[in-house]
Formats: sequence, C-alpha cells, structure tokens
Amino acid sequence: MKTSLMSKAKILCAALAVMAPWGGTASASGEVNLYSERQPFLMDPLLKAFTAQSGIKVNMVYIKKGMLERIDAEGANSPADLILTTGFGNLNNLLQAGLLQSVGSSALSANIASQYRHPDGLWFGLTTRARIIFTHKDRVKPGEVTSYEDLAAPHMKGRVCTRSGKHEYNISLLASIIAAKGEAAAEAWAKGVKENLARKPQGNDRAQVKAIFQGECDVSLGNTYYMGLMQTNEKDPEQKEWAATVNVVFPNQKDRGTHVNVSGAAVTKSSKNKENAIKLIEFLTGDMAQKIYAQDNFEYPVKAGVAASPVVASWGTFEADKVLLSSVAEKRTLATRIMDRVRFDN
Amino acid sequence: MTTATAASTTKMALGATKVSLSWLNGWTIGTVIIAMIAITPIVTVIFISFTPSDDIWAHLVSTVLPLYISTTLLLMIGVGIGTLVIGVGTAWLVSMCRFPGKSMFEWALLLPMAMPAYVIAYLYTDILEYAGPIQTMLRDMFGWTTKREYWFPEIRSLGGAISMMTLVLYPYVYLLSRAAFMEQSICVLEASRVLGRGPVQSFFSVALPLARPAIIIGISLVLMEALNDFGTVDFFAVSTFTLGIYDVWLNMGNVAGAAQLATVLLLFVMALALAERFARRKKRFHHTTSKYKALPGYQLEGRARTVAVIACALPVIFGFVLPASVLTSYSFIHYKTAMSTEFLGYAFNSFMLSSVAAVLALAIGIFMAYGVRLHNEPLLKVMVRLASLGYAVPGSVLAVGVLVTLGSVDNGIDGFMRQTFGISTGLLLSGTIAAVTFGYLVRFLALAFGSVEASLGKVTPSMDGASRSLGHGAMSTLRRVHLPMIRGSILTASMMVFVDCMKELPLTVILRPFNFHTLATFVHQYASDEQLGEASLAALSIVGFGILPVIVLSLAITRSRPGHNKEEKA
Repeated sequence: MKTSLMSKAKILCAALAVMAPWGGTASASGEVNLYSERQPFLMDPLLKAFTAQSGIKVNMVYIKKGMLERIDAEGANSPADLILTTGFGNLNNLLQAGLLQSVGSSALSANIASQYRHPDGLWFGLTTRARIIFTHKDRVKPGEVTSYEDLAAPHMKGRVCTRSGKHEYNISLLASIIAAKGEAAAEAWAKGVKENLARKPQGNDRAQVKAIFQGECDVSLGNTYYMGLMQTNEKDPEQKEWAATVNVVFPNQKDRGTHVNVSGAAVTKSSKNKENAIKLIEFLTGDMAQKIYAQDNFEYPVKAGVAASPVVASWGTFEADKVLLSSVAEKRTLATRIMDRVRFDN
Repeated sequence: MTTATAASTTKMALGATKVSLSWLNGWTIGTVIIAMIAITPIVTVIFISFTPSDDIWAHLVSTVLPLYISTTLLLMIGVGIGTLVIGVGTAWLVSMCRFPGKSMFEWALLLPMAMPAYVIAYLYTDILEYAGPIQTMLRDMFGWTTKREYWFPEIRSLGGAISMMTLVLYPYVYLLSRAAFMEQSICVLEASRVLGRGPVQSFFSVALPLARPAIIIGISLVLMEALNDFGTVDFFAVSTFTLGIYDVWLNMGNVAGAAQLATVLLLFVMALALAERFARRKKRFHHTTSKYKALPGYQLEGRARTVAVIACALPVIFGFVLPASVLTSYSFIHYKTAMSTEFLGYAFNSFMLSSVAAVLALAIGIFMAYGVRLHNEPLLKVMVRLASLGYAVPGSVLAVGVLVTLGSVDNGIDGFMRQTFGISTGLLLSGTIAAVTFGYLVRFLALAFGSVEASLGKVTPSMDGASRSLGHGAMSTLRRVHLPMIRGSILTASMMVFVDCMKELPLTVILRPFNFHTLATFVHQYASDEQLGEASLAALSIVGFGILPVIVLSLAITRSRPGHNKEEKA
C-alpha cells in the first residue's frame, strides 16, 4: 500500500512539474524576468551559470516580433525586468517608445566600453558583430573587393549573393551607408548591389556562403559569427567545407571602417526586480559570460581584456565604423524605404 | 436544373420555427456577447490603424504595393486552384469510388495537414535548391558545372510558395468536401443515375453543386491561411501583402501603418465573402430526404483505377511521406539536441493547449451557428461573421490586437481595484495560458463556426419544426436532432482546430507565459536561424501528435455518416 502511495505521489509530483508553467506569472523576490530576442538555446547556458552564481532565478520568454507591443500593452504592470535584443534597431525602438529606464553601476561602466552603452544607462551592449564580405578564395582576386562600395561596382555583375534586403542586418548596413554618405549615394549603392546579384535574395547569411561554395556566386555579405559557427560545425561537417572556400574581408578599412552592430540589454521602465536585472547585465558583461559569448557563439566581447575566440582572432583585427549606433538606428526607416524603391528583393 | 434549386422548393421560412416571442433570449444575447469578445482584438487592430502613420501609403503605392497585390492575388489563385482540384478530386474518389487502397487513402490524404508549411518549405529547399541532392545529381549526370548551363525550377519563388501551401492546405478542402459528400443523401445520387447520368456527370451536376457550401468554406479557409502566411513567404522572400505588413511594422517601426494594411486585408476578405454569399443568395442546400444508406462506390477498373490510385498517392507522398522521411533522417543526426529532458513537457503543453482550444472553439462554434439558425437576425449574422475574421488576420498582428485588448482589461481592473480597495490585482490575463487560449479561439473560431454552420445548413428546417412541435425546446432539439446529424462535421472541425493549434506559432510566441514552450515554439527558435535539423525531432512530433487525432477522428467520421453500416434508415 505504502509503495503504491509513494509512486502515486511521485506521479503527482511529476505531473505538477509538467503543469508548473500552467500557473500564473511569477514575480516573487529572488527572480528576474526576461523578454529575450536571443534564442533560448543560446541563452540557457549563460542564465544557468548566473543562477548558480547568484541564486537568482531567471524566467524567460523568447519573443521577437511584438516584444515592444507586449511591454507597452502590459504597461506599468508588465512583469518584464530586462530585455535582450539581437541588434541595435529594436533596442532603439524600445528606447524611443519610452519603455526603458536609466540604470547604472560602477561594474557596468567598467565592463563596457563607452561607445557600446547609453551615456545615461538606458541600454547596454553585450557583444558586437561585424558585417563582413565573404569572397571566394580563387575566383575573387586579392584586392578586388575591399569595401561595401565594391559590391555595387560594375565588375561584380552577377557575382553577389545576399539574404533579403529587408533583413535587419542589411537594413542596418544600408542605414550606416546613409549615415556616412547620404540618402542619394545609399540608394545608388542599393541599386548597384541589386543589379549585381547572382540570384534573388534568399536564405540567411550562412546560405550565401553555401552558394559561393556551390559556385552560384563569388561574394556575399554576412555577420562574423556565422563564419565561426560554420568553421567549427561538428554536427554538419559539410559547413566546414563551405567556410574553407571563402576569405573573410573586413570592408572599408581604408576609410570609415566596417559596419558593426551590437546585441544588447536594457532594464524596462516597469521593472520590479531592478537590482536583479542590473546584476544579470553585470554578469553578462563579466569575464565568464563574455568568454562564453566569444567561445561558443563567436561574437566580439564588449569587455576589454576578454579575448576573442582563437577562430575569430584568426581572421585578423579590423577598424570598426565609428558612427554612433543611434545615428545608424534613426536611418532604418529610410533604409527600408530605399530597399522598397530599388525593389531589392524582387 | 441542379438539385440545389430543387431542394429550395421545400425551403421553409426559418421564422416559422421560432417559438419564443422575442429574439432577446439566452441564445441571442449569448451569441452577441461571445461574438463581441471575439471581435475585440480585431477591432483593436482597426483602432490602432487610426493612429498617425506618416506618409506610408504614398511610399507604398509608388514602390512595392502593386507588387504585393499582384503577388498575393497570384498566390491565392494558385493555391485556390491547387487545393480545389486535389481536395475535391480526392474526396470524391475516396467517398464515391472503390479502388485498391481506398480505405487507407481515406485517412492518409489528411496527413499533410499536420505538416507546418514553413517546415515543408524548409525541407523542399534542402532537396531542390542548387546545392541540394537533385540538382547535384543532375549536374553529375550531365556534366554541367554552373547554374547557367541548365534550367531548374527555383524553389524559393512564388511557384514554390504555391506548391508548398497547396501540399499542406489541400486537406482542409478534402476534409470538408468529403464530409459533405458523405452527408449527401444517396437518393439524389440514385435519382441522378436513374435519370441516366454516369458517375462523372453525377459528380458535376449533383454532388458538386450540393457540396458547394462545404467546398467554399474549405477554399476560403485555405485562402485565408495562404493570405496570412508569414513563415513560408518570408523564407522564400516572396513579396506578399502580409510580408509587407511585417516590413512596415518591424523595419519601419510603424505599427499604425501595419494595422492599416491589415485592415485593408480584412476588407478584402470581407468583400470576397460577401461576393460569395451574393452568388448563392437564393439557393438552399438542405437535404430533402433523410433516406441514407451505404454509399454505392463505383467500382473502378483498368486505367481509371490506376489513375485514381496515383491521384490519391501523389499528394500523400509529396505532402507527407517525402518530407517526413527527410525530417526523420535529420532527427537521427541531431537526436541529442532534440531529446532534451524538457521535450515531453513541450509535447504536453502543445497537446493540452490544442485540445482545450479545440473543445472550446467547437462549443462556441456550435452555440453561435445554432443561435443564428434559431434567430435569423441581421445583427446576429453580421456579428458572427465578424467574429470569424480572426482567421484572416496575420498571426502576429492579431497577437498585438490580443495583447492590447487583454492589457487594457487587466490594467483597467487593476486601476479600479487600486482606487476602490487600495489593492493591486496586477495582470490577471496577460502573459498566461488563458491569453494564449483566447488568442487561439479568436484565430480559429472561423474553422469551428464555418464547418458547423455549413453542416447545419444542410439540415432542413422541417426537422426543427417537427421537433419543436413535438414539445422539444431549442436545446433539446439541438441535442437530439442536430448534433447527431452533423456529428461528422463537428469531428472534422475539432480536428482542424486541434491540428492548427499544434502548428500555431506567432500567437503562442507573443502571448505565452515565462518559461513556456510548445513543440512549435521549440522548433521556431532553431528554424528562425535555418537550423531546422537541430529541432527535427520536435518538428516530427508536431506532425506525429497532429496525426494521431487526425487518424482517430477520420475513422470516426467515416462511421458517423448517416446510414453507415446500415442497409437503410428511414
């Protein structure tokens, strides 16, 4: 009798464990609530390490489209304390919507270089990534492609691959060109690149390198970490071959520098666990987490003194575009309209 | 000279069945309240569209709007024709003909329904793209070395999107038309045969016109799905209207502009629905007789038999067998990631949410459809139509409507409680399972209501009259007369809602509570980065869990046909 009661109790416990999320929103002390654009599979190891170190439980919703609208609709009662974004664009949207609050700590100021955080602590960069050009090792001669502008040059006709012009990474790049050279020049550039495309924009950054490998095109745009992920992909070793056929080119080293974007974090205006939220940002910009970002996802750490992964380091160093992230962000709408005008994706 | 018009001779004014003195009774009030709740998120989207939106229209009209419109129309036409031919054709074959494998095809034809469109799009891209096995094999065989040396259809294109959507959406048309064919009284078909029409002629002049309401509902569900699809068209970079909505919303940070586009989409869907209603305004589709017996089953021979088998096999192979095999092979490579300990929990969440939503949607759908039948008030009819519009709104946009609605309710209650009693109730609904379920209901009510309504429409009002004059109330008549007669359609509808909820993504992602995953959201985090392999087992489980009820219910539907296994029933 006793054993069957015990096993019943066990089943009940298991059922309750499964049912746990069916309850309401948790907001007890010792917690921090996170709305994240970054995928759970990426964040879980970091968040587990944080909980192990601090004892603070992290609750997370992975939500990309509609995060801003959700925080806005929930208003002052929103349970979200902290948001994580994949790029600066959405960080800026939340900022403009007045949904963030200014926080700060000496640790944060020490961890993050000043160009990668808001002067009043409204947002913090966690990692950076560069938008680079992949060139085929043989079919593209050294020096043939050294800048974003080269992608629009006549000699690249039928040789360029990229993902959708409407993807936030390409919008952000075009916005940086508007910021540097003005609307007309940026539109001419977008038009030039479109005319040089080997195929209709499609797939993600990785798929473009695959296309170079397969001979569909010679050059493509991509974010740096994709190269690292391909070069070390043990589950799908074919990707190592794709990566091996291309060189990494950091564009515009002779003028304004390579376009760089940040993944970031910010504390919401309605945060009820502000102290814990700050602790989590401190942790994510601390040595241990920065090393995990660098080693596992091949991103550039924002903290000085944390080394990039050896894989990333092997591509060499580069000069980043010095333009303010906010100046790029405010050109995003215009960039999207330019992509419409030149019908980039069609 | 169709039977549809013949049937209209027995048409009875529905008003004659009214027993109550006033239409202001429980059914009507209940229907209006439910409809109003369901409409709120949609009205919210329309409301958002009245906020300032820059000069978004001038920009769109001068640049991409014509393209969005033409692409979307072509997509609708392509998917509409594709699903009509495959869905109705196979439904007719398995309902009315006998050929080898027929009883297997009856349920197997439903299998692609469980396959999310973005998953099948991903898999076919792997197979058919330049770097895929087919083109690589062709290049090896013929010694081609570059893309310019040969032509091969581009999978990431409008044609590709049409094919992918047709493959996974035709089961809606198949399901509804099969249910309609099976509910058809054999007498009309016998009459047609007696009058000298063969199987093909009977199909076109009797069965097809009689099944028209069901087929139309199937097609309109398909078109709405195609219209608001995001995953597939985004992956293929096909510039549809819906992709434009997301672009305006997310890249231009213009929610109001996106809401305006979504409202235009809604108006378009409403116009289509009205046009269809107008086209069949005078016709009624009741059955004039309740004489049913086992369907005849034309025995197919020779070439006709081969054609029938191939016609039924192809959609199953391309819509299910092939993609499911590729998924299975991926899941062998990636089983370590896939078999996480939390996996069972995700499956449980998906299953529970979908079941609850299916049951609730059906209950509400029956309530509303019967409410309209009892009291054919114009106001009521307009309300229930509007309540079914959630299916036509792109998922994430509808989710924003739900967010704003629930947020306002929660914050309203909280404000009131603070002021009156000095206590804060916080968010009662936002970010809970209830919010997700509410989102599902708003979105999928059209599935439940549409199929129940179509099926109820075939029950002649004399049935209501007879039952009511024998002293049964509205509820009792529903339970004893209507529900048994439309049982097949109820099962069909619950199956569609269930499977759609299993696959549902945007509402779940945006409305869910903390630390809550379904199979679909788990797949999404990988698929969004084109790493579907990592989540292949979860994707396979969506299909697997989706299929189980599909098969079980499919068998139930076959049994539910009036006259099934009976020689004759008076």
